Amino acid sequence: MVSPSEPAHLLVVDDNKINRMLLSRSLELQGHLVETAENGKEGLEKLRSGIFDLVLLDIEMPEMDGFEVLEACLNDVELRQLPIIMTSAMDELDAVVKCVELGAEDYLTKPINPVLLRARINASLEKKRLRDEQRKLFRTFATKEVAEELLRTGFSLGGKQVNASVLFADIRSFTTIAESQEPAESIELLNEYFSLMFDAITNNGGTVNQLVGDGLMAVFGAPIFFDSHREKAVRAALEMLEQLKVFNQGRSHQGKSQIRIGIGIASGTMVAGYTGTQSRAIYTCIGDTVNLAFRIEEYTKEALHPLLIDNYTRQGLPENIAVEELGKVFFKGKNHAIKIFAVV
Amino acid sequence: MSIIDLNTYNSLKENTGAEFISELIDTFLEDTPNLIAQMKNALAAKNAESFRRAAHSIKSNAATFGASQLADLARELEGMGRENNLEIGNRLEPLEEAFQKAKSQLIELR
Repeated sequence: MVSPSEPAHLLVVDDNKINRMLLSRSLELQGHLVETAENGKEGLEKLRSGIFDLVLLDIEMPEMDGFEVLEACLNDVELRQLPIIMTSAMDELDAVVKCVELGAEDYLTKPINPVLLRARINASLEKKRLRDEQRKLFRTFATKEVAEELLRTGFSLGGKQVNASVLFADIRSFTTIAESQEPAESIELLNEYFSLMFDAITNNGGTVNQLVGDGLMAVFGAPIFFDSHREKAVRAALEMLEQLKVFNQGRSHQGKSQIRIGIGIASGTMVAGYTGTQSRAIYTCIGDTVNLAFRIEEYTKEALHPLLIDNYTRQGLPENIAVEELGKVFFKGKNHAIKIFAVV
Repeated sequence: MSIIDLNTYNSLKENTGAEFISELIDTFLEDTPNLIAQMKNALAAKNAESFRRAAHSIKSNAATFGASQLADLARELEGMGRENNLEIGNRLEPLEEAFQKAKSQLIELR
């Protein structure tokens, strides 16, 4: 027995008036709000209004057919998550298979059986609700584009070589701070701190992919590549420091200790992909560049600069971001000295 | 074989309501002659695509009401249109006859 569903906002796209009337009627009887469009072009325009939860899409139509609408939706970050149910005649099954392979959620054959219609709509809406929750969770860790990419590829990304920037950040002497206050206060401090840092990172196109204690790792330019990943990583770091300044002002008014952080950034090729198990996996990057970023972050303590970068990152910066060369530094695990720059 | 398959028709009526089905029949009776006219125009203009589309719509609508004979004839013509074959001879005549028969029975059932 199919449970009654919450009313949803549905769009029926079909060039045949009888089909539009019949589908609207059946869906309205099931408690949904329904709008219709007579061809693909009109359908897509209505979909872009953003109010729909699901669309029933005919394949064969004038002015943009179902294939074209489906492809346009899948290529649109705003519409990609919209469940699309193809409606077709019995003898168009080849076309339906192609649509489902492309990314349509499901299909129904005409004339449409109302029991099947209800079951498919409810199942699709339920799946959408679950995906929306998942998406909300992802968005706290990544930009919308990255979250969509992760959901779309369904975590099937194998390892691949990417050119990206990695950022490590860490709170100085957090253990000492933590020992001097109540545990609840430490957790509250971390939560406030992370929410500011996450904003700075996602505002600049980065994805936070690991949190360890008070430390975090973020990647820029993967899983979706963008050219300016070096500049964006440094801009995120500068925004993080700016946010921290404001945060510290607030703490100082409350008579609390100041928080200091160190940030290290390195750029170059790395292997990106999922690691973990089926039930628990994270998107991460590994390789020399990642190790280097980690070492550079550690070096901020010695260098007495909160933000250090490697030479390749520096080469990707515009002139209005000033850097100071600190000379060559030997890092553990590296057989030659690495040029380090402080962003000032 | 009856002109309108009563199982299909009755479950359509049960699922959507008597008032709605009467409206749906009106639309069908209004639209089908236009679609037949589109087929004739397409034949004259040798436009197989337009011919096929009109036949496709008639087939789909006829199947909705359980007008099996009309649906079968339209399906056959749709297939010919798809194969770019407009040498249909006098096949439009039985299609029109099947529509007239479906029409009278639908008016009776309504």
